[in-house]
Amino acid sequence: MSTGGLAQFQQVFIEESLEGLDTMESSLLALDEGGDGELVHTIFRAAHSIKGGAATFGFPEMASFTHEAESLLDEVRGGKRAIAKPIVELLLRSVDCLRGMFDRARAGLPLNDATSEGVRGELAAMMGRAVPAAAAPARRAGDQAQAWIIRFHPHVGMLAGGNDPLRLIRELAGLGELAVEADLSRLPALAKLDSSECHLGWTIELKAPARREAIAAVFDWVEDECDLSIESRPSAVVTPAAAPAPASIAEAAARGTREASAESSSVRVGIDKIDGLINLVGELVITQAMLDTFREEFDPSRLALLQHGLTQLARHARELQESVMGIRMLPIASVFNRFPRLVRDLSQKLGKQVKLELHGEQTELDKTVLEKIGDPMVHLVRNAIDHGLELPDKRRAASKNETGTLKLDAYHRGGNIVVEVSDDGAGLNREAIVRKAVERGLIASGEGLSEEAVAELIFQPGFSTAAVTTDLSGRGVGMDVVRRNVSDLGGTVVIRSKPGQGSVFTITLPLTLAIIDGLTAAVGEERYIVPLVSIVETVQLKPEALKTVVGGGELFRFRGEYLPVLRLHELFGCAGAKRSIVEGLLIVVEGDGSRVGLFVDGLVGQQQAVVKSLESNYRRVQGVSGATILADGAVALIVDIAGLVRMHGRRKAA
Amino acid sequence: MAKILAVDDSASMRGMVAYTLRGAGHEVTEAENGQLALDAASANGFDLVLADVNMPVMDGLSMVRELRTRAAYKGVPILMLTTESHTDKKMEGKAAGATGWLVKPFDPEQLLATVKRVLG
Repeated sequence: MSTGGLAQFQQVFIEESLEGLDTMESSLLALDEGGDGELVHTIFRAAHSIKGGAATFGFPEMASFTHEAESLLDEVRGGKRAIAKPIVELLLRSVDCLRGMFDRARAGLPLNDATSEGVRGELAAMMGRAVPAAAAPARRAGDQAQAWIIRFHPHVGMLAGGNDPLRLIRELAGLGELAVEADLSRLPALAKLDSSECHLGWTIELKAPARREAIAAVFDWVEDECDLSIESRPSAVVTPAAAPAPASIAEAAARGTREASAESSSVRVGIDKIDGLINLVGELVITQAMLDTFREEFDPSRLALLQHGLTQLARHARELQESVMGIRMLPIASVFNRFPRLVRDLSQKLGKQVKLELHGEQTELDKTVLEKIGDPMVHLVRNAIDHGLELPDKRRAASKNETGTLKLDAYHRGGNIVVEVSDDGAGLNREAIVRKAVERGLIASGEGLSEEAVAELIFQPGFSTAAVTTDLSGRGVGMDVVRRNVSDLGGTVVIRSKPGQGSVFTITLPLTLAIIDGLTAAVGEERYIVPLVSIVETVQLKPEALKTVVGGGELFRFRGEYLPVLRLHELFGCAGAKRSIVEGLLIVVEGDGSRVGLFVDGLVGQQQAVVKSLESNYRRVQGVSGATILADGAVALIVDIAGLVRMHGRRKAA
Repeated sequence: MAKILAVDDSASMRGMVAYTLRGAGHEVTEAENGQLALDAASANGFDLVLADVNMPVMDGLSMVRELRTRAAYKGVPILMLTTESHTDKKMEGKAAGATGWLVKPFDPEQLLATVKRVLG
């Protein structure tokens, strides 16, 4: 068999299997809610296809796992077994296991793990059979690979047998080029060091194709005197942190591959979008041909026609821009679809009754935004169920419907996409928040704090009001991370809450990351773009509004609070800029939950900026998120507000 | 070289089968389910049909039964390529008129050998 063919269809198989798993999951959920028997057939078919493909495409572990699930389904299908909650539950977990296996398959990691083995056992047990032996690890990963990661940790006494680890590594070098990293973490203090003991370990990357047996042969003799793992190396470049634990390398490897594959992943585009593009290009060509006629002869009498042509050209360019952007846009449904399962599992675990409503699933988001908005949303949904919605008896006591409603909504507003997570729960607990904030030293007292300011407290780093950290929301990730994730996407998150009536988290995101709306500001000879989404207001200061604090720099009074002044000309070292605060302008911006005033000479105008990566064309610059080309051909840097705020925070701390 | 109809609802499996057969010089038409396969079979003549059993819309065995009622397909070999390995399912296939039963995972070499054998 040609491996090219296999690899080519392996990818297709993984994609179609993931779709199959989605189908299985949604059908299982529907079945759980009393759906009809046809669903069982749908689920069976999906499992069946995965099983058949898994065996063909070199994933015997997956085939064996799916076989168990399929056998159970077969009994249900054949009427030997009634569909019951525990069965649905187990099958849902089987779906999760398979997803995990596909993830690991993509990363080139061993497919089975403790969870999948456990679930496999449960499947067999449910059918009243002994646990079958796990399928042998895939030969695919075994026999031959392009590169290998070998983790070699000799036992303390290995040297006593006369085996020098260096000799073994040298022998390994005979197979091809090596990258060797020593793990010194187990090294004892010098005083306690015994030179006859071995405390070192190595992670060796063999950068050449080799057979597993050839590598294993090198360590043959010391096999029982060391911890050894030989794994084919995933194709992505992995740079493990210094002296990492083996598990973290595997994770890093998985992450690396996943990221790499995400970046090179493809977009499925509807044929109508492509047709639209072709149509537009056609019109563009016609307009260009019309304008071309002016090249041969220009007669002032045809001026109106020229103007008309130019107007048309501008319109086509704009439409083309929108259409091309549209190619990267995908419906948010793919993110929303994760939630029925999550909400079901969570509410069951907590004994709460929750009805999930999804709206605006067809709203389209930029693919990159879509990939990154899932995690913050999961966090908000967890929070809403965990902290927001009350237990049924509590709701009854408050004369509310026992079943709480959790609503996810997505819609367009202006040039932005708005994603809302709302619940009709208890709303924010002002007292608990204020108490916690005082405890944490975030504020002195809650007196005189507006509802808005109290709500803002939960976005502070490390803030958590849960008395006991549950395993649901309390995962060491707070709302501050949600805000940071959203702000990394150029968006904002705000909360509105009414006691007893519920909370609404509103995430506002830019339509695309490729183009931003910004204000162009002049600083000396330079132009800077400030993203419109982070601008609160622009103000001209009176001298008395400015205060200089020892060690704190310059502050100015803005709506009752003092905000720091960041002088862009100082930060970026611009020559010829205005220095007196009263001559220039302050742009009040918000990033990472804090507000600062950016001091600039003045505003030039508002424009859409096509973001060019500074990183890929030059290098990463602190406080700058990218660059753009202005209408006159000059280059302007785009200011990274969140980055500037963080920079300022660090400078103050230092 | 023969004209072969490959029927499977899984794009990867269908692709793999078609790829293997094309590699051996055969002309392959692909269909996603039994119904589409019947449509393709009406429009073209095939020397061999390779079909999955479990498929949406129309399963493989129903497709075989339907094909066997058509004069043009009375003697055409139809191989089932499936993960189903139950004896009663195979018997059902035999009764429907299938020529052979290959169990997935399939080995391309073996597939080609079987194809060669049934094509005579």
